[in-house]
Amino acid sequence: MVEDKSIGSRLFNWTNIILLTIISLLTILPFIHVVASSFATSAELAAKRFVLIPTEWSLAAYKYIFSTDTVLRALGVSVGVTFFGTLWSMLLSVLTAYGLSRRDLVGRRFIMFFIVFTMLFNGGMIPMFLVVKETGLLDSYLSLIIPVSINAFNMIILKSFFQGLPDGLEESAKIDGCNDFGILFRIVLPCSMPVLATISLFYAVTYWNTYMHAILYLNDASKWPIQVLLRQIVVLAGGMNYDGANYTDVPPPEQTVKMAVIVVATIPVLLVYPFLQKHFAKGALLGSMKE
Amino acid sequence: MNNDLVTVKKSTTVIPETNRRAELWRRIKKNKLIYLMILPGILYFLIYKYLPMYGLIIAFQDYKPYLGISGSEWVGFEHFKRLFSEPDFWMIFGNTLFLFLLQLVIFFPIPIILALMLNEVRNHAFKRTVQTIIYIPHFMSWVIIVSICYVILTLDGGVVNGILESLGFQQINFLLSDEWFRPMYILQVIWREAGWGTIIFLAAIAAVDPQLYEAARMDGANRLQQMIHITLPAIKSVIVVLLILKIGDVLELGFEHIYLLLNSSNRNVAEIFDTYVYTTGLQQGQFSYSTAVGFFKGIVGLVLVMFANWLAKKSGEEGVY
Repeated sequence: MVEDKSIGSRLFNWTNIILLTIISLLTILPFIHVVASSFATSAELAAKRFVLIPTEWSLAAYKYIFSTDTVLRALGVSVGVTFFGTLWSMLLSVLTAYGLSRRDLVGRRFIMFFIVFTMLFNGGMIPMFLVVKETGLLDSYLSLIIPVSINAFNMIILKSFFQGLPDGLEESAKIDGCNDFGILFRIVLPCSMPVLATISLFYAVTYWNTYMHAILYLNDASKWPIQVLLRQIVVLAGGMNYDGANYTDVPPPEQTVKMAVIVVATIPVLLVYPFLQKHFAKGALLGSMKE
Repeated sequence: MNNDLVTVKKSTTVIPETNRRAELWRRIKKNKLIYLMILPGILYFLIYKYLPMYGLIIAFQDYKPYLGISGSEWVGFEHFKRLFSEPDFWMIFGNTLFLFLLQLVIFFPIPIILALMLNEVRNHAFKRTVQTIIYIPHFMSWVIIVSICYVILTLDGGVVNGILESLGFQQINFLLSDEWFRPMYILQVIWREAGWGTIIFLAAIAAVDPQLYEAARMDGANRLQQMIHITLPAIKSVIVVLLILKIGDVLELGFEHIYLLLNSSNRNVAEIFDTYVYTTGLQQGQFSYSTAVGFFKGIVGLVLVMFANWLAKKSGEEGVY
């Protein structure tokens, strides 16, 4: 494209760039504020309220939250649920998606409808709760994984990808005497690494962020993942409580402590983010394509 | 997919019934390992998606956990009648509708505008940096988003009230106020999703023929005019499809998000169907009544999706389902 060098065009450029810079800052500043405050002393935060770079660095908040094993245990639960949940979901999704990507499968259309329909209508919260209860998952870590084993959307993205692979791959493997599992694990999956990475990350982020299922299915506070603990420490202890329980006898945690818990719950997602940002965007586009 | 069906149909007219069965059976047997592969997935959908749908029948019962579905008494549409006569029903209905309108009128255009702005950036490094930053909040859970807003907005040392105070204004208790709930809700939605929402529009813009811009420049169109008269019309169909999808989504306002913001002082504007189901069902133990509420919501949602899809097809766009 030929560049337009007129004054109007330059003015347009600069206005645009300035506006986008402001938008980016507004998006990211709250995060920076929280991270910085978690490393500030309580006194500095109370005096200045807004901290972007602490004048005096302090690890007091982190020492405090790790002084008992509550936060550590919740982090452990989240790491475990994320790791095993992602593995389990990927296994089930890949198997189902590959099976449904095979054009010669009798009943394929019906099975696809059977799955897509669940995206449009579901039994809702209470019947789901009763099924989770009946299948014996209440108060088990499995209740955070098994009821959400397959995300239909992710499965369809995988299926579309497998369908797009050249047929010749499978044919040659068949001639070499591979069975269907052999074809999937030795031929198809190695050719699908980018999409597998994308979907794994979608699942991992969902599992890390899991919160609703934990408050629905886990009564035992020692099993809470970090997100539920975070809500407990920041939102409920601050008086915004709707549970009917009374937390007023416990002194509210200091601001810096709340900030530190937020950071601890956020960091793992931010750590993987830069490496896989491009995969996320690609996955989102794949997902938006018509099935 | 369609081709398969056509060939099967054609063959029925030629091959006799018994042969056709044998052929079908041969095709099924040939893929027995494939059926084995999809079996766990099918079982998952049966148990955790279809079994709860079957469980919806408790909406027509007076369900008692110790009696089970088979032992509980049938009450017909009793719970639905109660829902429609409940004074809270219209409040919840209104709240749901209001939040949906906020999403449609305030949130929906923002990703489009952002995408148009990003498209005009000529410096690739800058564009990529902005994208990297504005996608971040999408990956944060609602707990994190709401928690950050909480520590920023609280009266107890939050930065926003600090600024208000230093400017000589009265402090505002955003978190426990019914006037501030709606702005807070929509701002959080914008913060989390607006950046991520640009992806699909950027992809649509990337497909626009560069010659169109060339021609427009020849005619003396400036950058803003090119944006309004070329880019925007070019992505119109994507906008229409997403708008329709959004309409089908009226009732999905996010239980997780709203439940985090809900408290007894903003309940009159914040209670929606999902939170009502949770409090009446799981906290008060009225299983049948809350299931009826959820069922009502689910049916309305399904009808809206169908309607939106029909609308999409009618307006000449491809349907979504």
